[in-house]
Amino acid sequence: MATAAPDSVGSPQDGIPASPEAIVVRFAGDSGDGMQLTGGQFTLSTALAGNDLATFPDFPAEIRAPQGTLFGVSAFQINFGSREINTAGDAPDVLVAMNPAALKVNLAALKPGGLIIADTGAFTKRNLDKAHYDANPLEDGSLAKYDVLAFDISEKTIEAVKPYGLGNKDALRSKNMWTLGLALWMFDRDRAPIHDWLRAKFKSKPDIADANIAALDAGHAYGETAELAGPLKQVHVDPVPSAPGLYRTVTGAEAVSLGLVAGAQLAELPMFFGGYPITPASAILHHLARLKEFGVTTFQAEDEIAAICAAIGASYAGQLGVTSSSGPGIALKGEAMGLAIMTELPLVIVNSQRGGPSTGLPTKTEQSDLYQAVYGRNGDAPMPVIAARSPSDAFEVAIEACRIAVEYMTPVMLLTDGYIANAAEPWKVPDPADYAPFPAKFLEEKNDGDRLLPYKRDEKGARPWIKPGTPGLMHRIGGIEKHELTGNIDYSPDNHQRMTDLRKGKVDGVAVPDQDVCLGNTKGKLAVVGWGSTFGPIHRAVDNSIRKGLDVSHIHVRHIWPLPKNLGDLLRGFDHVLVPEMNTGQFKTVLRDQYLIDAQPLTKTSGQPFQIAELEAEIAKFFDGVPGNEGGQVPANDQQLPSTEGGAE
Amino acid sequence: MNAPAKFETTLKDWETDQEVRWCPGCGDYAILKAVQRTLPQLGANPANTCFISGIGCSSRFPYYMETYGFHTIHGRAPAFATGAKLANPDLDIWLVTGDGDGLSIGGNHLMHVLRRNVNMQIMLFNNEIYGLTKGQYSPTSREGTKSPSTPLGSVDHPARPAAFALGAGARFVGRGFDVSKNLPDVLMAAHAHQGAAFIEIFQNCIVYNKDVFDDFAAPKGAEDRQLWLENGKPMLFAGDTKGITLDREKLTLDVVDVVDGDWEAAGVIVHDVTNRSIAHMLVEMPFGPFPMALGVLYDDPRPTFESAVIAEREQASAGKEANLAKLLGKGQTWTVSGTAQDPV
Repeated sequence: MATAAPDSVGSPQDGIPASPEAIVVRFAGDSGDGMQLTGGQFTLSTALAGNDLATFPDFPAEIRAPQGTLFGVSAFQINFGSREINTAGDAPDVLVAMNPAALKVNLAALKPGGLIIADTGAFTKRNLDKAHYDANPLEDGSLAKYDVLAFDISEKTIEAVKPYGLGNKDALRSKNMWTLGLALWMFDRDRAPIHDWLRAKFKSKPDIADANIAALDAGHAYGETAELAGPLKQVHVDPVPSAPGLYRTVTGAEAVSLGLVAGAQLAELPMFFGGYPITPASAILHHLARLKEFGVTTFQAEDEIAAICAAIGASYAGQLGVTSSSGPGIALKGEAMGLAIMTELPLVIVNSQRGGPSTGLPTKTEQSDLYQAVYGRNGDAPMPVIAARSPSDAFEVAIEACRIAVEYMTPVMLLTDGYIANAAEPWKVPDPADYAPFPAKFLEEKNDGDRLLPYKRDEKGARPWIKPGTPGLMHRIGGIEKHELTGNIDYSPDNHQRMTDLRKGKVDGVAVPDQDVCLGNTKGKLAVVGWGSTFGPIHRAVDNSIRKGLDVSHIHVRHIWPLPKNLGDLLRGFDHVLVPEMNTGQFKTVLRDQYLIDAQPLTKTSGQPFQIAELEAEIAKFFDGVPGNEGGQVPANDQQLPSTEGGAE
Repeated sequence: MNAPAKFETTLKDWETDQEVRWCPGCGDYAILKAVQRTLPQLGANPANTCFISGIGCSSRFPYYMETYGFHTIHGRAPAFATGAKLANPDLDIWLVTGDGDGLSIGGNHLMHVLRRNVNMQIMLFNNEIYGLTKGQYSPTSREGTKSPSTPLGSVDHPARPAAFALGAGARFVGRGFDVSKNLPDVLMAAHAHQGAAFIEIFQNCIVYNKDVFDDFAAPKGAEDRQLWLENGKPMLFAGDTKGITLDREKLTLDVVDVVDGDWEAAGVIVHDVTNRSIAHMLVEMPFGPFPMALGVLYDDPRPTFESAVIAEREQASAGKEANLAKLLGKGQTWTVSGTAQDPV
């Protein structure tokens, strides 16, 4: 269809080898351009091609930000390769810019020599003005240090979908599919799965499906012809060697939901999920609402407080209560968590952390709720806290949270974050049979001769779970301090001391696997200690540093509270401990407090994940003067992944 | 839900071994006895009965009932009760709250439990004061109430619990007062109602708001200011010498004199518990010019929240198997065999 050679400036693709080990592509456009959809489908095709991958969707908090503006830019970054991929990539090799604002916001992140694919049709005077460009950057030579492929994607899309009788406005909505088609050609991908997806998505509107397929095919065909014409090259990324098995892609929100369903099954309990809409946690509510056949009841409550209270009410009545939110909502749930601790009922609380405080940065990622999770309640209110390190890990962690909650009769907080919630990665589909069941036990008869003692503890320190409706076991529970055995109101000084100790002892005694070292030696010069979603960049940075010959290890902590019993001794085996976190140093403070070690912080609160290069640079500082250390000379890559605010200047 | 077998119990079976800790003379004692007298009459099973409360004097109630009981946090009892009812719809849940707990800190939850129509009895003990925190004015305190936090008198307009409930969508609104011999009848009607049944119970706080309801609830002499409503019966009070009529032009209620018992001639209207418009007038009826409307003001059931949730879950699950392994492998997948990839 489209045959014209691209209106290119520079010499395309000099910077990209024909068969790279890994490559980073960022799709950026207006919020209305469908970049998240494009990214999602490109991710699927990447997974089907057998590459390992990690993605980073980055979008504005506004639902429909004014068109063409800098703050309305939406981006989706994917890093894929023929080796293990740990992060969404520091800097893109390829930037697809659907309008001037997208170029402006994202250009700073692009690698020198990287490739820009731009839609000249969107570089109008009006759009250039909105992006605060005085002159068209595609024409004024300011992009000289990059390769630029600029051509009128808008026009070519309109031309491709012309047979379907769509107006210009509707036709232009297929622009993202044209671009996806080009990307599929560029990376040698099969179009069939995307065709299938479009047909399924527009089942009731076959014309729209056909138009989108035509746009996709036209973009693909353009690549072929442009290649014949010279400048555009096809890039082939080999599949990554993976363990045999069935694979799919999974986001953190999906994995948490599936893990909760699995956890409830392993506990042999129906699940009650109380939620209230909040970014970025709502996706969990949405997923679970469709799984009713698994004995899941979802309840969209009137507020965050009611969501957790209803979940506790369901736990009280004998189901596995679960609630989920993000920082501001978790703050509202604090008092109810205290009641669950006091009444010793099982409960899982998922916190998909976002930038704070207050409303903060709803769509950006941060790890700044660690203090809130560990300490954020009135009174001495100990509660296990456990953190997922990647989208797929969220499945394992959700099961573990359910296990602790049921076995120890306690609320448990599961920490993920906005990055984990939205990011996708390939996942080797687990076999449920590989997980040991932990069936919940309910008390059926009096547990002390002819007396019922609702607070008599088992060897784990857990009290019995007694379902209302059980004959002969009527009793009362509540938030007032209670007698250590009968559970009756008891304010006496000795009893409160004992109950405080018992509650603390129970949580301190939660069985937590010993901490392992996931990369490097078990003792040495430097341990980089992370938790949560910083796993990817830390792992890659430590791996690179080890290859440079540095004595550095990566320790990634899943159990934030209680901490693994061996962690203190493990950390004391290193001369230095560096704790990178997306907050002002919260886990660092916990480690200092618990072990009196000189843990050093490395903090970042830009709403963006760590980059490998900045971590490597920080690691290298511990090795200054060591012969052969090149790390000290590597400047930190201070370019952020795209921040809509950051791009405004 | 399926009607459980009638249980034989006496008042004593519903008493716990816990010492009751309300102030001597508190209206809560009378309400406790009324409830303990009502449950045997209902044939209720203690093991299947659950009292859930928030925070405040009234919310200590569960500790004194030999049933399952959950003393939760301030204002949130409706949310706990909703979760418990969804988890086990067979539980017979009684919610106990007060004017501060239910209408101030917990107003939002009370509104939604009524709107959703979760099947339970909701008893709001209205004493027009904060008792447990030592006497501050409450959202139902009358204008000008002098209290530690309003030494010059409160200036805000009070909420009307029954009007709030009806406005929130309640399908049952009843009213009684602590020492009334009719209270068990109101409680039984509430229990018979399938859905959220709201009962406002005027309760005398002997310490901080003594005898504020005496105008209609005094042990003797106030009977003439009580309008006890009965379905299908004319709205008569003051020994059948007065009645309530409807001004059909102004759409307001009026008090009329009834001569020689001829209420029809006086235009007294007959109470229809399913008439929502009249119910709105009854809950708004100002005391003073009018008597206090008591008994069952409104009772018109419709399907409950939990039955709808269960029906939806059953419908959505019909014909689907809960196979976790299949669920995990759902969507577009690919298989890796050996080290070669093999897209499916």
